[in-house]
Order: sequence, then structure tokens, then C-alpha cells
Amino acid sequence: MDVIYEWFRLLYQETGINLPFLYDEYDRNRMVDGFLTTVWLSLVCLFFSVIIGVIGAWLQGSSFKWTRRFVNGYIQLFRNTPPLVQLYFFYFAIGTLLPRVENDWGGQSPILGSFAWAAISLSFFAGAFNVEIFRSGIEAVPKSTVEAAEALGFSKLQIYRDITLPLAFRVVLPALNNNLVNLVKTTTLAYAIAVPEMLYEANQIWSDNVNVTEMMIFLLLAYFVLVGVLVGAMNRWERAMKIPGYG
Amino acid sequence: MKNRFLAGVATTLLASALSVAAASADVLDTIKERGTLIVGVKADYKPYGFLDTSGNVIGIEPDLAKDVADKLGVAIEYVPVVSSNRMQFLEQGKIDLMIATMTDRPDRREVVLIPDPNYYSSGTNILSLKSLGLTEWEDLRNKPVCGIQGAFYNKATSQNYGAEIVAFKGTAEAYSALKAGNCAAFVYDDSAIVAKTNDPEWADYEMPLQTIDDAPWGLAVALGEENFAQMMSDMIIDWHKTGRILELETKWGVTNTPFAKAMNEKYNQ
Repeated sequence: MDVIYEWFRLLYQETGINLPFLYDEYDRNRMVDGFLTTVWLSLVCLFFSVIIGVIGAWLQGSSFKWTRRFVNGYIQLFRNTPPLVQLYFFYFAIGTLLPRVENDWGGQSPILGSFAWAAISLSFFAGAFNVEIFRSGIEAVPKSTVEAAEALGFSKLQIYRDITLPLAFRVVLPALNNNLVNLVKTTTLAYAIAVPEMLYEANQIWSDNVNVTEMMIFLLLAYFVLVGVLVGAMNRWERAMKIPGYG
Repeated sequence: MKNRFLAGVATTLLASALSVAAASADVLDTIKERGTLIVGVKADYKPYGFLDTSGNVIGIEPDLAKDVADKLGVAIEYVPVVSSNRMQFLEQGKIDLMIATMTDRPDRREVVLIPDPNYYSSGTNILSLKSLGLTEWEDLRNKPVCGIQGAFYNKATSQNYGAEIVAFKGTAEAYSALKAGNCAAFVYDDSAIVAKTNDPEWADYEMPLQTIDDAPWGLAVALGEENFAQMMSDMIIDWHKTGRILELETKWGVTNTPFAKAMNEKYNQ
């Protein structure tokens, strides 16, 4: 492994192409941490945004007027404001209003840190889109299918869970794919509230080494690969869930 | 209009062609003839150069500039400058002298004439809650420390002292995060932190550590003004020797910096 690292140091000395996150141990650790933070933040947000989408779409079909209004209000609020503004709002406005806890260095710190706020904010942001995406899928399920399930004595929750949602899921996967890809890319915004993800660490490295060009190219490729893996997985899933003759 | 523009360009070209010759005419003569010394100072860097309630430029650096004007026996005029235009103003002859919190760096010495010795210095320190009782840099180990994205001392602070740097885009966000308790401390220029600790709103905070990465500040005159530079060198030595810098620090509420104290001792030996 060290041979490869040293080769990149030589590359820098010979050609001026400076990739310190490969040959410098400190920068390498920073970059690896940044990569893992991005992956972890993406996974957390993907998971919660899909959950929010599923639950939200179900609540939208509720027979209570106020439940529907509440969900619609949530969608409007989060879809019509920029995600960066939401992040700042959660971190600097809501974050400072919450109770504080004693931390291990003897001070008082807010109950939620920057990572938690980024996860919450981005999940809600993508969740708002997911609710609408799932709604489109639910509306695509033929009414006769739902009526047939009702005739068989299924409860409302059972119909949603066992009939509507599985069918809707197959319809919405392409749109959901799009939104989740966007979500992974939006995690770079967490940089603004100092979540140490890839863009943040890259910025730290380029301000120490003044190698902006190299870091930019690296970042572009890194996200290309990261999103490529997600898209590949989603496509496989889409194929695996395919019902012959449906959709 | 066009003619006037062309005439302006022609004059500028002529002036720059003549400037080599004009340099020997000496800016000191020009100042005495004009009866005013025009000095570029900061107007947004409390307490080194800032505006009072009626809009006058005051602070440590304007006071130093006044000393120069008094020595020359002329009136003084302050021109507010910012970091991105201060050297250009000097090159263009808009100001005669620049005292504007400028860090003395070799590449800057190619553009303007910085007389030795340095008149001031600032380094890196932290702003933190008094109740935390931090006393040395090692105390920052494994604690979250706010910083500014792109500041050169972030890496040093985390590499040498094990602090976890939480870097924000601007100072406002960093101060706000410090106040909210997201970080144990804020690592920044000591000269700016000193000003914060004097702010009643930050009364619970202190600058507890020994300043590191000290970088000297240089005042500057235009290239080629050797006589003026020589005079300024003598003045700076005089400021250090008589303790004028220390006196001004006290006057403007800055704790005496180690640099000013050391220079004072050096020239009194």
C-alpha cells in the first residue's frame, strides 16, 4: 500500500499534480472520514425520507380533514423553501431554542449536533417530495383493485400495506430514484453547518495545500461513483420487483 | 466625453512614465507642500481602526498615523482601506502611508516598501467560556473547536493539539455556534478576539491561551520612497523604545501583547 502512496508523492514532485489525500496520512484520514460521513448521512436520509414518504402518502388519504391539511402544509413548507435555508433554520434557529445538555468537556451544548440536524432537515426535505411521489403511485393503482380488497374484508391499513403500496412502489421507483439521487447530492449542503462530509474535508485539504483544481476533479469523480452505485442498486431492485404483465 | 477620457488615459500613462523620475522628487516634499499626510487605515477592525459614533476614524493605527503627521508638522487625513485595495491605493498614490493591519509577507514586499522593524504582530488564539477554565492548547484535545473555513491554522490546531475543528463559512456563524455551545472554543486571530473579549455581550468569554503562529504586521510606503521609509523605520523604533505601542494598547483596551512587550524590552537594552 505504501508503495502506491509514495508513487503519488512522486507524482506531485515530478508533475505538480498534488493529491495529498493519497500520500499524506493526515489528509488521507480526513478524506476517508469525509467519505464515510457522506455515505452514512446519505443512508440515514434515504431511509428516513422514504419512511416519511410512505407514512405521509398514507396520511394524505386519511378521512380526517385536519390530517390531510397537516400533511399538505408540511409538503408546501418543505418543498417551497431552499434546502440550505432549511438547514440554517434548523441548526441556528431551532437548534438554539432547544434545551441544552451537559457535555463531556464541562460546557453546555445543544441537544442535537450538526450531523443530527443535517439528517433531520434533509430527510424532511426529500420526504416532502417522496410524499408526492408515493401519492402519484397510489393514485395509479386501479380503484377496482382497492374495491376488490375491500370486498374481501381487508381493513384500511391492510389495503394500504398489502395491496396499494406494493403496487404503487413499482410505479414510483423511477421517480423515487431521481429524488434519492438528488438527495445524495444535496448532502453536500451539510458543509454549511460544518458536518465533516466529503465537500467539507476537500475544502479543508485544498485550503491547506492550494490544490483546488485537483480536489474539484476528485470530488466530481467521487460523487459520480457514489451516485452511480446508488443508481445501479436501485435499477437492480427495480428489475427484481418487476411483476410480469404489470406496469 | 471621449476626448476627456483619452486625455485622462494619456495623463495616466505620462504620469506612470514619469513616476520613476518623480520618485526622486520624494513624497516627503509633496506632503510638506500639500500640508497634509494622507494615511490609509482600516475602518472595520476594532480597536485597530474603526469608526466612532460620529463617523470619525479612530483607533490604535490612526493614533500612530497622527504621530507621523505631528512629526512632519502637517495635518492628517484618513482614507479607509480594506485588505483588497490597500496596496493598490499606495501604488496609485492615493495615500502616502498605509497602516492597515497588514501581515508582513515576502510577496507583499515586492509590491510595496515595508520599513523594518515590524510595528505590531498578531497570531492565533482562542475565544472560550471562562467557566471551561482552559489554560493550554493541549486542553483542546478531542473537543470541538469552531473555526473559519480556509484558515491556515485549522490544520495546525487539529494536528498538533488534537482539536476537532468545526469550520464555518464566516465569523458570524462561528460566533453564533460558539455561543450556542456547539464548540468549546473558537480559533481565530488574536487581535480580533481581544476586541470581542472587551464587548459586554461576550463578558463570559476569555482568550486564555498563549498566542501561537505569531505573524508580524508591516506598515508600508510606496516603492522607491527610501527617505520616507527610513524616517518610518526610525519612528517605529521610537514607538517601541518609548512604549508608545504599549500605551496605545492600554488606551484602546487591549491587553499588552507579548510582541509589543518584547520589542519594548529589545530597544531598551
